[in-house]
Amino acid sequence: MKMKTMTIGILLAALILAGAPRAVAGTVTAKGSDTMVILAQKWAEVYMQKSTGTKIQVTGGGSGTGFAALQNQTCDLANASRKIKANEIGSYIKAFGKRPTEYKVAMDGLSVYVSAENTVKELSLDQLDQVFSGRIKNWKELGGTDAPITVYSRENSSGTYEFFKEHVLKGKDFASSAQTMPGTAAVLQAVAKDKNGIGYGGAAYGAGAKHLAVKKDDSTPAIEPTEEAVVGGTYPISRFLFIYLNPALDKGEIAGYLTWIRSDEGQKLVKDVGYFPLPKNLRQ
Amino acid sequence: MGIHRGHKARPLEWVAEKLIFAISLSAILMVFLIFLFVAREAWPIFTGSMNSAAIQPVLQASDTAKLKPEVLQSYLGLTKAGFTAMDRESIQALMEVRQAAMDELPASVRSDKDANLNTVSWKYLIQPHQWTGYDKPEYIWQPISTINKYNIIPLVIGSIKASLVALAFSVPLALGAAIYVSQLARPALKEWLKPAIEMLAGIPSVVVGSFAYIFLATVLQKFLGYESRLNALLAGVALGFAIIPVVFSIAEDALTSVPRAYTQAALALGASKWKAAWQIGLPAAIPGVFAAVVLGFGRAIGETMIVLLASGNASIVSWSVFDSTRTMTATIAAEMAEAVFGGNHYRILFLIGALLFVVTFFSNLAGDLIIHRLKAKMEGKV
Amino acid sequence: MTPASPASINAGSANGFRSASFDYTSYFFTGITGLAVALILTMLFVLLGTILANGWPSLSWRFITANPQKDFFEPASAGVLPMIVGTSVRVILMTIFVIPVGVITAIYLTEYAHASSLSTRVIRGAVNNLAGVPSIVFGLFGAGFFVHFVGKSMDGFIYGAAGTKVWGQECLLWASMTLAVMTLPVVIVATEESLRAILPGLREASLALGATKLQTIVRIVVPQALPGIMTGGILAVGRAAGEVAPILFTGAAYYMADLPKSLSNQFMDLGYHVFILSTQSPDIEKTRTTLYATVLVLLLLTFALNFVAVLIRSKIRRQMRAAH
Repeated sequence: MKMKTMTIGILLAALILAGAPRAVAGTVTAKGSDTMVILAQKWAEVYMQKSTGTKIQVTGGGSGTGFAALQNQTCDLANASRKIKANEIGSYIKAFGKRPTEYKVAMDGLSVYVSAENTVKELSLDQLDQVFSGRIKNWKELGGTDAPITVYSRENSSGTYEFFKEHVLKGKDFASSAQTMPGTAAVLQAVAKDKNGIGYGGAAYGAGAKHLAVKKDDSTPAIEPTEEAVVGGTYPISRFLFIYLNPALDKGEIAGYLTWIRSDEGQKLVKDVGYFPLPKNLRQ
Repeated sequence: MGIHRGHKARPLEWVAEKLIFAISLSAILMVFLIFLFVAREAWPIFTGSMNSAAIQPVLQASDTAKLKPEVLQSYLGLTKAGFTAMDRESIQALMEVRQAAMDELPASVRSDKDANLNTVSWKYLIQPHQWTGYDKPEYIWQPISTINKYNIIPLVIGSIKASLVALAFSVPLALGAAIYVSQLARPALKEWLKPAIEMLAGIPSVVVGSFAYIFLATVLQKFLGYESRLNALLAGVALGFAIIPVVFSIAEDALTSVPRAYTQAALALGASKWKAAWQIGLPAAIPGVFAAVVLGFGRAIGETMIVLLASGNASIVSWSVFDSTRTMTATIAAEMAEAVFGGNHYRILFLIGALLFVVTFFSNLAGDLIIHRLKAKMEGKV
Repeated sequence: MTPASPASINAGSANGFRSASFDYTSYFFTGITGLAVALILTMLFVLLGTILANGWPSLSWRFITANPQKDFFEPASAGVLPMIVGTSVRVILMTIFVIPVGVITAIYLTEYAHASSLSTRVIRGAVNNLAGVPSIVFGLFGAGFFVHFVGKSMDGFIYGAAGTKVWGQECLLWASMTLAVMTLPVVIVATEESLRAILPGLREASLALGATKLQTIVRIVVPQALPGIMTGGILAVGRAAGEVAPILFTGAAYYMADLPKSLSNQFMDLGYHVFILSTQSPDIEKTRTTLYATVLVLLLLTFALNFVAVLIRSKIRRQMRAAH
């Protein structure tokens, strides 16, 4: 027994010690938004093949997790699908005395999905506002069939939710009856299966549902969420994706990597994973 | 065990014995720690020291130099050490950020009658309130909003509703199965029926959840033709997968623990197998069956992944089983990852966790006490 | 005949039992309860059948051993190796933490404590209660206690107040510890059962030969109970392997390019991956086969473990019956 206890003790101690951090030179760690994980991983892979010697590690967890990690110095780059908030900047300043540097790295268009069977083809921002805040409750009012609207939304922890709320609902609350899905795929799945459903999410997602064309107001034409429309800024619901970092680290290989991401070469990869590249004037 | 005589204890023996006793207390320690640490994070809500008002008092950043250090320190929420460690520029930057955050507030929020309310005070957590933009006083859960609304009533109702549906669906099934397996089935059949039903307990809840959400949802909607594809009914049925084995096991145990002599006496008097089970076995085991239901409820209300995937998560106050429903557990799972550490939302989620702990604690306690009594009674009578 | 209400039956009225020559109610109710059994089994088979039918075709050696370097939603590049590794490592670590504590508690309860003493009753109550705490509350506890309290204190102790953050974040170690707390009751109950199954005569013989109580426990009782302890461990692993809620805030990662290298790393997990696949995929129809295959891997893992536990347990029970 004594031997065993000792063995277990030694084993445990070894395990704990093995957990001690080993500073690996040349490893860049990126953490944050789950929406951006696949994209960030793609960038990392291609860049690592191109410039040997740099090692890039990507983890998800959510935009907020990325900001927290940036502030704790457990990552170098924070991927974010939303802009950093004032209190997050505040806690960052408390840790470093400076604001983090922000880079726009890609664009994303938010599509409004309805069932493929739905006869409605386009809606204005104002109509969307009323549908998602629960003031329009029947498809009849939008020129569709006489059927109640089922609203699908995202969990309030997602950047997509906040963006849609701010830009389409102008900060108002979503209808309480809106069902909140734990992922864009879940929204899409629900809308595809529900002929009275309406939901929103990344334009790159798509199979199974119809993407509505969106009008800025009644006088402007309805725009489909295509690449030119999103990148050109004519599609009314589009957003940037960001990378934040400590300004002190924005040099050497990290700066090189960030420049490459925003170059034509890096931006080409954006499309492969279903987002939209930056407009030309924002590239490097 | 009853044997205490042995070789004379050595000092080491004494130490080992004390050590074993100390370690055996770890279960108690853990229950205590769980409550302590979940409640600890929620504590500022109880004491009312959090303020979630959208409009917070602002000190002008340009006045930084004129302000007293103590005032600055408490305004910026810094510790004494943290404050002295910061240089002037950082403090200035921090002041600017604070001010900018308030300046960025749209005029609509500034003029909102609710902008000065502390929405994490108990009044707004459990009572309806007529928020700006709503027609009547309502229970609203909108934790990420211009005016954050943290009313937990929709979540409590959602949890209770989903659990009740789950019980209504699974108790008859589990109880019927328990009666059949313990009283009516041939021993050979019983040998494999019991593990087969208990196999349900081995299926991870995330698997049941995604099965319900991808497959069962479509099937049920096709049969029953309701509006909302994901709803309390679906969540309840899916929860059934998780609680049927719980209710079945306990009920079956209780029924089996009824002394054989009872039912055999009835059989000898000419009762059918069924009558002996229904009129003698079941009444004797009723407390155990009740305990099974209570423990099943505890399991249902605490289940997370199934309801997160199957319930639709709409935070509405409605008792209709065909409406989507948002439970306490799913809310924690969905929102915790992005909640700012130590913020209002974070603390409210821990408050919900503490509430869940208390509810399940008492349902477990009640269930265990009933089973304990039943056992004592059964053993005493034999 | 009219079915008599249970209340009307008491010891005296034996007549109430006399049945007609052919008892329709009896057949009817036997049928009803039998139907309940059939329904539950149908539920089980539909669930398992759907998963098996959809998952089996896409289950391949490549899928099990591939690291999804590119895109895990894409069936061609999907793989579950890092998830299998993550899940395995976290349950193995959990076993290391939970077995000693669980076994010692069970030893105290069976060998030292009086069955009716206050300490026994309180410990037993705590064990039962621990078994009923919702898994998501364990997640909150893990985040509040292990990550933010123990982890942060460890960092402060090792690296100083302003130092780096190593343990004060979600990682493998804290996820395993959280699961260890969650499965403690499973191990305690299983071990207790096997300790009670040991013949008292063995203990008495050992004591009579002059062994101390501790020696008896270490040399006689525990080795005898080993299969039972193993069962407890396996049951705990079976329970923990598929749990997602407790590790959501304590260590599971959405994506990691590399396998975890240290206890302070996060990890990818099979159960969490099932959740991700079913809610985050850009094209659900395309991902469906991958999802079912992943579910199948998870189920095979947990069922295999549970099955082994059931086998060992039934063997112990048979031995016990034979011995008594």
